[in-house]
Amino acid sequence: MIASLLDSVRGLKSFPRGVHPPHRKKYAEAAPIAMFMPTGQLLVPFVQHIGAPCEPIVKPRQQVAFGEMIADASTPMAAPIHAPLAGTTAVGTMALLTNGRRVPAIPITPATEGEILPPDFLARFLGGAYEQFEPSGVEPEEICQKIRACGVVGLGGATFPTHIKLKRNPDKPIDTLIVNGCECEPYLTSDHRLMVESPLPVVVGGQLAAHACGASRVIIAIEANKPDAIEAVRKAAAGRPGIEVAVCATKYPMGGERQLVPAVLGRTIPSAPRGLPLDVGVVMVNCATAHSIARAVVQDAPLTHRVVTVTGGGVVRPGNWLVPLGTRLGELLERAGGGLTEDAVKVLGGGPMMGPTVPNLDVPVVKGTGGITVMTEAETAHWQETPCIRCSRCVDNCPLHLSPTLIAHAVKFRDWDLAARYDMNACCECGCCAYVCPAHIPLAQYIRAGKNQARLMVAQGK
Amino acid sequence: MSQATADSGPGGTAASAPQGRELLVSAAPHLAAGRSTRWIMFQVVGALVPLLVMGTVFYGSRAIFLTAFTVGACLATEAIANAIRGRGQASLGDGSAIVTGMILAFSLPPGLNFYMAVIGGAVAIALAKAIFGGLGQNLFNPAMVGRAFLMICFPAAMGVWSEPATVFESLSEVQANGVSMDTAEGGGVDGMTMATPLQADASYLPTLRALFVGQVGGSLGETSALAALLGGLYLVFRGVADWRLVASTLAGAVIVAFIAHWAAPQSYEGPVFHLLAGALMFGAFFIATDYVGAPITPAGRWIFGLGVGVLVMIIRLFGAYPEGFMFAILVMNALTPVIERVTIPTPFGGHVVTS
Repeated sequence: MIASLLDSVRGLKSFPRGVHPPHRKKYAEAAPIAMFMPTGQLLVPFVQHIGAPCEPIVKPRQQVAFGEMIADASTPMAAPIHAPLAGTTAVGTMALLTNGRRVPAIPITPATEGEILPPDFLARFLGGAYEQFEPSGVEPEEICQKIRACGVVGLGGATFPTHIKLKRNPDKPIDTLIVNGCECEPYLTSDHRLMVESPLPVVVGGQLAAHACGASRVIIAIEANKPDAIEAVRKAAAGRPGIEVAVCATKYPMGGERQLVPAVLGRTIPSAPRGLPLDVGVVMVNCATAHSIARAVVQDAPLTHRVVTVTGGGVVRPGNWLVPLGTRLGELLERAGGGLTEDAVKVLGGGPMMGPTVPNLDVPVVKGTGGITVMTEAETAHWQETPCIRCSRCVDNCPLHLSPTLIAHAVKFRDWDLAARYDMNACCECGCCAYVCPAHIPLAQYIRAGKNQARLMVAQGK
Repeated sequence: MSQATADSGPGGTAASAPQGRELLVSAAPHLAAGRSTRWIMFQVVGALVPLLVMGTVFYGSRAIFLTAFTVGACLATEAIANAIRGRGQASLGDGSAIVTGMILAFSLPPGLNFYMAVIGGAVAIALAKAIFGGLGQNLFNPAMVGRAFLMICFPAAMGVWSEPATVFESLSEVQANGVSMDTAEGGGVDGMTMATPLQADASYLPTLRALFVGQVGGSLGETSALAALLGGLYLVFRGVADWRLVASTLAGAVIVAFIAHWAAPQSYEGPVFHLLAGALMFGAFFIATDYVGAPITPAGRWIFGLGVGVLVMIIRLFGAYPEGFMFAILVMNALTPVIERVTIPTPFGGHVVTS
């Protein structure tokens, strides 16, 4: 309550409730993005997005060029996959993703002769001729086409195909495009560094996305704990019409769309699973996605690499890296991160509030992987569930005003109707409830399990 | 949580993955705010210490022994209940039985026989907590159930209130005057069937300062509003006591006291007197704030507290008992499930819409 008062006094955009986990961004926030060149084999999954899986269009033991399209789907709700490096494919296999799914994938061994990447790739990625570029000069349909052709999906983690998100819907007009540069998860700094080192493509990408979906203004939302990013983006956006930078309070989950839209615009999105930002005239894209949109439209660059933060107390050398998709975590942690420390116990595919633990280090980096957090014994919480004492901290801290303990206990006792009555499906799984629970009940996990079970039962026709 | 080895998988020539290392696999979130149930309970225990200190100043070592016997009975009963239920004794360490024992002890007459206090503590845990399923499952406040049981079984003994020593008398003088009162019948000269300030007529009314500091008769928790306030405010600022419950309880009591005093000033004292007299401070900060018996919804907590405050004052002014906290809490505990059900908050984007 006092924190909210201070936020409004300082003019920061905010939403009620939420929690304040320790930032732990000191590990990597000052590390400039460095190029990562893998020497080992890449494992490129054919599903790196929400939607239909892609089918391979290359064969095993075939030479592929950098950026060549290697998989696509015929339905619109998909995004093609491109070769991250020049090399040779191998026989198709299965890959385990960070979220536990097993999907078809193809291994690619980097070529030993010749350039596996265009020269100065990092400079090209961060730079580019955007100063003179006029986003409104490109047709919206062409923008969406190029976005799809380059395989751009939501890089904030949801990996929704961006060309579908930006498609105009006459029933639901859009007036504002929000570029989400909040990065509210502790430890992660990839969006931060991207905005500091490459702000102009982020701004231009936002303009292109706005033009595509019909929005008349762009708001770039950045948390107050990134003053250098705020300044860099402000400078890049100076002189470009219709763009404002909204400085947001540093709290979790500031970057969640159901919290950021109310904070920046004061509009409430109807509850999940049906309600979306477009129901209130808003489209939101992650800043790395905006960056990829600009690269796709202006440079025709396919999505082959992304900035990944390798961080946490459990890596020897935290930093931010431009990593080709398909790089195995083991190689990334060893060669980029300098290896795991003695007391490292968890490797997360993401941040500590919502990131899943990876079960082995063969998991590849995919489009949605913004960061790898390696936590030590001391840094991580240990869950030993004790009885709920009805302290109401979870109810008081849930950003969506749900009653997590009631939902979780309904799920625990398999009462799916009761759980649904408590609006279980509105939960965004942010983890605030479990974070504050003094009884160490894994509330978010119970609710997640309940939602999965409800989905399963619907799919089975129950 | 399960453990998996992090060795290279099939086809893996990415040789740098560490071999044979174990990583933990568990569900997000992987951070926690750091407060545990045990921390909360022991914060309450600490906040009750000022009251125990004041109780010892006025009633001597009896206060400590009474508390110790009650807490011991609670712990022993919980241990027996755990054994009967086949659960381990881990729950003894979470501090909740100690809190129940202390709150019960502080609501008893200081001169009560120790065996009665033991019975009270045992009943509190056995009938109001263990039978419902242990921590977090009880419908009624265990300390208040224990006290109610004692009131029914030993009405005379529960009606005896002792005159405390003044602050300036030394403890030995006080003991020489028989402050080690045993029963209402025998015992020392100070075992009067004297009323508490709430029962008294106008000739006895203590000064407000005396009420605040504690030199009046009553249970250990009733005497010093100052000590209760200190401990209680500490809990509120630490985030342990829910300020909504405290504020609504005090507000409910003050409103009724104000109306009564305004309507008939000769018959009823004003709100300030009532705030400082009796167990209102102690009850508002320590009994009404018991999480388990209160609704978990924001609106529900306000309603619960208001109900407690209003009932306390109505029982005090118009009821047969001098202090109404016990019944007020038990009645509102019974209403908690209903209050909770009708105050479930609407989700931020509205209820889930199913097709």
